[in-house]
This record gives sequence, structure tokens and C-alpha cells, in this order.
Amino acid sequence: MSELQICMGIDLGSTTTKAVVLNDAGEVIGRGITNSRSNYDVACQVVREEALMRTRFSLTRRTIQFDPTLAAVEKPFLSALERNFRLCQHLDRLACLRQALHHAAEEPRYHAYRRELDAMLDEIVDTMVELGAGHFNELAVRKSDFFRDLATADYMQLAEQRSDPGGISFDTLCSLFDAAILVVDNSTSGDSFTEQIRAALGSTLEHATPAVKLKAEELRSAVESTCSTTILEVATVGTGYGRQRLPFPKEQIRSEILCHGLGAHAMFPGTRTALDIGGQDTKAIQVDADGLVVSFQMNDRCAAGCGRYLGYIADEMKLGLHELGPLADQSHSRIKINSTCTVFAGAELRERLSLGQRREDILAGLHRAIILRAMSLLARAGGVKDEFTFTGGVARNSAAVKALRSLVKENYGERVLNISADSIYTGALGAALFALRKKEADA
Amino acid sequence: MTTQPGDLAPADVSKEQSMLLQKEMIARHYSALARAPQQGRKVVYTFVPGNLTELLRSFELLPVLPEINALQAGMRKLSGDYITEAEKHGHSEDVCTYVKCDIGMLKKGNIGPTGERLPSPDLLLLSYTGCFTFMKWFELLRQEYDCPVAMLHVPYQAEGRILPHHVEYIVKQLRTEVIPKLEQVSGRRYDEDRLRESLRLSAQAEDDLVWTLEAAKNIPSPIDAYFGGVYYIGPMFTAFRGTPEGVTYYQTLRNEVEDRVRKGLGPLTPEGTPEKERYRLVVEGPPNWTNFREFWKMFYDEGAVVVASSYTKVGGLYDRGFRHDPAHPLETLAEYCLGCYTNLGLPTRLELLRQYIHDYRADGFIINSIKSCNSFSVGQLLMLRQLEQSTGVPGGFIESDLVDPRYFSAANVKNRIESYLQMLEQKRAGATA
Repeated sequence: MSELQICMGIDLGSTTTKAVVLNDAGEVIGRGITNSRSNYDVACQVVREEALMRTRFSLTRRTIQFDPTLAAVEKPFLSALERNFRLCQHLDRLACLRQALHHAAEEPRYHAYRRELDAMLDEIVDTMVELGAGHFNELAVRKSDFFRDLATADYMQLAEQRSDPGGISFDTLCSLFDAAILVVDNSTSGDSFTEQIRAALGSTLEHATPAVKLKAEELRSAVESTCSTTILEVATVGTGYGRQRLPFPKEQIRSEILCHGLGAHAMFPGTRTALDIGGQDTKAIQVDADGLVVSFQMNDRCAAGCGRYLGYIADEMKLGLHELGPLADQSHSRIKINSTCTVFAGAELRERLSLGQRREDILAGLHRAIILRAMSLLARAGGVKDEFTFTGGVARNSAAVKALRSLVKENYGERVLNISADSIYTGALGAALFALRKKEADA
Repeated sequence: MTTQPGDLAPADVSKEQSMLLQKEMIARHYSALARAPQQGRKVVYTFVPGNLTELLRSFELLPVLPEINALQAGMRKLSGDYITEAEKHGHSEDVCTYVKCDIGMLKKGNIGPTGERLPSPDLLLLSYTGCFTFMKWFELLRQEYDCPVAMLHVPYQAEGRILPHHVEYIVKQLRTEVIPKLEQVSGRRYDEDRLRESLRLSAQAEDDLVWTLEAAKNIPSPIDAYFGGVYYIGPMFTAFRGTPEGVTYYQTLRNEVEDRVRKGLGPLTPEGTPEKERYRLVVEGPPNWTNFREFWKMFYDEGAVVVASSYTKVGGLYDRGFRHDPAHPLETLAEYCLGCYTNLGLPTRLELLRQYIHDYRADGFIINSIKSCNSFSVGQLLMLRQLEQSTGVPGGFIESDLVDPRYFSAANVKNRIESYLQMLEQKRAGATA
């Protein structure tokens, strides 16, 4: 039985919790992300399990990639296996949701129509299971990678279709879902990799091309070998807003400033200035050629203009967070907005809408206002040096990036602006690198 | 200051003799203030930087220092209500929170830190050194109390040093404006011999204060020169300069610190003495008072000890050589007023901090930028950059307020302190940290 030593970094952010797993060579072999919640311990456990599952999947992938006899079938097989694996995980969570919904329906107030309610819940979840395959097929464009987001969208749509104001109301179905999704969010699946990868393998082979089917035995044995590999987590470092809650000793906890600096350096070694706009704080960080932080500035106690502000705006507009940027990008006439106060976000938005201003123009103004705040912080931290790396959840927002690009050019001239598709993992990556260094130092 | 490190901590925390002594002295002072109207003693309100305690004492006048009352209210969690009260009376959110705390306290009955009513002033002695808000503050108090005001204008040290005409200008004001008003209010004649005697006692206590502050050059430092330092400057910066009690206090303090140096002990804090001095820091800017103990613990938890601070120089830069000189009583008071920290220009402040970092072998420096204190905060970001350049030592920047509890975000401040110290650690250890 083989053994794999890994180092893990966990970033407990105010909005999402992330984990990154590194192998001895410092390569990322697993990642996990989940919505943060009031219980940081659960968020930590969920994200760790997911990262370890992905680590095992990486192992499977590598085993197959390094086997020359499987070269011809590797690509179609692996992509189908991954989709099926994700689908299996999704279905697993749906099963958990079904159970939690029925449990929530046990409350006395539903007794009178319990049977009908149970039947309707089953019908909804059955349809969600059918829809699940669609989220993970080859051409699927998922709006989110979070189970919670996908499940909420599907459930709400189905509940609206099936509810009946004279019978089981939409409100009843919503209350049940609110209770159940919390349970699902706070439950962990344990080490179910073997079970899920076997199921995924079964369905992948069943629908595979004859060429792949010919190699079924070799593929099965490659998958099985990774199931039996022992994964040893030799070093772990935690960071982020909730880091004090991590069940680690103090020396295994690093400030997110250091982690973001090192993470940005690892992603883009030319980085000298990093900007991280997270859920509750914004950080402007200067790093040296080794990724060591030389100075930084953070927003003060007011979280105006941080990621959470965009969250409120999205809620007010009844949009997904990921939809804000693309909508703002459609603006042709940006509106000037000065305040980025999260508390007044809703009022400001409603006022402007009532003046007849267009949503995309308001959004473009809001994004620029956020970036203007970040620019002030960057100036306080000593300016924007070349290269400049933008990290954190807000770096995934196209309108924020557009505003940043133009303001940096205006204020500091041409700068290389780095944004990684995986920027949300920057802090966790930095933490994992600190863990790896610790492991090397201990060795 | 009546609140002591020991008071902030559980009862089993050890209290040194000097702490008990200071507590008694200040309780006596507030008690004397409370009884002043009945006993016919006259009271002068004045500010800490550039205070003329020896001169006031020579006229048997009792000083009240509004900043001290405000910081005491902050430590006792009363300032939030006082500030809200002042805001109800129309004072904006951006006004200095010492001012608002003082106005709010006044509007709510002027009950001082010990629970006794503070007497109304018989004179407002406005000596403003480096803080022009002082002038507006006393304008407000002037509207509340029907009493005379004596103005003492202290010129800003724009050239980075005290010039003879500065001293002449202040001495002239002392002779023509301040002393006549003190004579009028007290009904006594100016007694220069008495003033000289008081100044002699001041200089004696100042020697011991400087010795205590400079003991932080030892490794480990036996004192915390910021959180502990604010207690050490208490008697000197308030009502006890030039008094025999002041002299006794500083002798006692010095003996205790000498003892800690002999034993190789670190500073006494409300949490105890840190196991190890991991970081030696210089701090620029006043502390936050509303969460003082929590703020101090953030340093203590990381083994960070402050070895020198600029805040402990707001009432005079004794460690740079200044002593009250009985031979030239009015000139020495003038020089004292001119030399207060907030009366210095940015280059002088920078040079002082640079020397502290060097002389006290500091690993780093932190600026606590106070939202409502323009005198301190203006230019601090520039100071940060220039100090980093001139010393090669990285600086940290945190933001809080004097006594407005709404401006203290513990998570944010802690995050910045920890990040900064980890940055220092990383720098120390190189890339393998």
C-alpha cells in the first residue's frame, strides 16, 4: 500500500473557506471550497474533506496519465470520470437534503397534510436528481460550484411550479428548505471517496467508447490503487478571518496578509504588489522577490467597499454575486457614486433606481467606487509596483477588474496585472506553502 | 491617572508599591478638588502638554486636566455615553473625542473619575502646545462657565529647535498675561522663591522618570514604555510635578524598576510578566483608552514589548535632556512648553523616533493612528515611509481612537498587529520562516 505525504493550507474567510493541498514538490494536488458559516469547525472539516477527495482524484489522474498503455484513452476517460465523480458527490448531497427535508416536515404544524407534503418533497428531489446530471454534463455551464447554490436554484424553481396557494404553499416549501439546507451545509460526508469513485467509474465505463471499454481492467486497477493509498497530512497551516477558531496550535496559524503575499508570489513570481479584496477586508501588500511581505495596509474597522458590499448589492437586485460584473460591463454611461457604505448600499441603490437610472450604469459606478477605495489603500501602502497581482473573491468580478485596470494605469502607468482563475485560493495556497516550509524545516 | 495596571486585572495580580502610591495620590487630589469649593480653594482647568503645574501650585491653585478626565472615562467605559451626549448637543462625529467626552461629562453633572463632582473652574488657563483644538475646547468651556481665561500662546517649533525669541515671547506672556490672572484669581502675590523650590523638586523627579524610561534599553526591558509608560508619566504630566509626593513616587518607581533589572525580569502587565521578550517595539501615537487592557494584551500575547513611545513625551521630552531649572524659573517653564512632543515639527518627530529605534535596539515600530486626533495623526503615513527608509526597519500601522468605543475594532487591530509581528518574524528568519 503506497503512502502520500501532503501539506495543507486552510483559509477561513468571512464568506468562503478554502483549502489547498500540496505534494512534496509544492504542486497543488487538491483544493476545496465551501461557504463559511457560523460554525467554523464544520466549514474547516467540510473543506478539508473536499480537498482530500480532490487529492485522491488527482492521484487517480496522475496514475492514469503516467501509464503509457492508457495514453490513448486518458483524455476522454478522465474528463468523463471527473464529471461523474462530481455528479456522484452532488447526488450524495441530494440524498442528504431529501432526508433533512423529511425530517423538517416532521414538525407538528405539518401533521394535517404530512403525507401530501412528503410526496411533494420526494417529487421535487426526484426532479432535482434528474436535473443534477444536466449540471455535470459535458456542455454544462454551472452558475456556481457550490452545492448550496445549485440546489437552491433548482429547488426554488420546482417549489414555485408545484406549490399551490390553496394547498401546500410556496412559503411552506421555502421554510422546509431553509431548515434542511442548513443541516446539509453543516454535515460532513466523511471519507466517501472510494464509494463515489467506484460509482463514477461504473457509470463512466458503462457509457464509454469501445476503445475505453477495452482498457476497463487497467483503468479499474488504476482507480483502485489510489483508493488504497494512505494520505498523511504532515503539516497544516491555517489562515483567514476565522483562523483563531481553527483547532491548530498557535504556531500553525499565519496571518492572511503573509499568506496572500506568499500565495500571490507562488502564482506569479514577479509579483511586487498584491491587492486582496475579500469579504470583510481589503489588503494592499508589498512583497519582495521571495514573496516575503515588506509592508501592508488594511481597511480600518469599516468594511465599506469590501466583497460583502457586493453581496448586499446582489441581494438587493435579486441577482447572483457572479452576475454583477457581467451586468456592469454592459454599461455605457457609468454613474458616479461616492459612498461604498455597506449599510446604506440598499438605500442608495433604491434611490438611484427610483430616479430611473439603469441597473448596469449604477453597477458600473458601484464597482468603480469600490476600486477607488482600494486605490486609496494601495497609495497608503506605497503604491502599485510592477507586477501587480489581484487576489481574493472580488478578482473574479470582471467589472471590478476593468475598473482596477484603468485606475492603475491612470495613477501609476503601465503595470502587468496578474489575475489567476484560482485567485480565490491565494490565501490557502500561501498557508499550504508555509506548511510545506515547516515540514522541510522539521525534516 | 487613578486606574492602574493592577485595577485592570483580577484581584490576584501583583501590584507594586508605586502603583498603590499613585492611586492614593490621585484619589487625594480628586478628593481635594471635590472639597475645593467648600474650602475656598481655587481651581484652574488646563491641558497636559505645556501645563504650568509648578506655577499654579505656587499660587495654591489646584489643576484640573480635562484630557485626563476623558481618558479615565474611556478606561471606565463611560466615554461612549458622554460622547453621545455631546453629539446630542450638536458636536459632529469628527470632533476630537476627548472634547466630546469632556462636554458630555459636563452635561451629565461633571462627575469625575472617582465618582465625586469636579468643581467648576475659577480660571481657564489655555496653554496650547501643538494642538489647536485646545483653543476651541476652552471656547466651549468658556460658554459653560462664567470665568476668566488666561491665554498662553506657545509657538510651534517650525525650525526644529527652540530659538531665543520663542522663550522671550512666552516669558513676556507669563509676566503680562498669566501671572497677573493667577494673582487675581488666587488673591496671592507671585512668589518666585516658592516656584524655584517647586522646580527643584520637579527636576529631581524628572531624573528618576528618565532613568525609568531608559531602563527599557536593557534586554529584556523591565518596563513597557507605552502601556506601562502611560502610568509612569501620570504624576509627572498631571498635578504632581514639583511636589514632594511626586519625588517619592518616582524614587519608589525607580527602585522597583532597578530591582526588575537586577533580576532580569520583563515588564509587569495585567496578564503578568511575558515569558519571553520576542519583539522590541517603538510606538508612535496615543493609545486607545476604551479597550486599553485588550489592546495591551494583543501585544502581551505575542511577546511584544514597547521599549520607547512618543506618547509618553506629550508632557515633555525629559529624556532628551530637558530639566526644569530653578535658576531661571520662567524661562525654564517656557522651554518646557516649547519642547512638548506635539509642538515639534515632523522632521524632529521623525528624528526622535529614528533615535529610539536605534538606541533601544527595536525590531520594529508601530503607528497607532488616532481617528479624531489631528495633532498626532497628520503626516503619520509619511512618517511611516520615511522611518522605514531611514532605519531599514519595517513599520506597522493600526487605527483606533482615543475614547470613542465605536472606533475600536478588536478583530481588525489584532489582525494588523499579528500580521505585522509575523512579518517581522519572517524578515528575521529569512525566506525559510
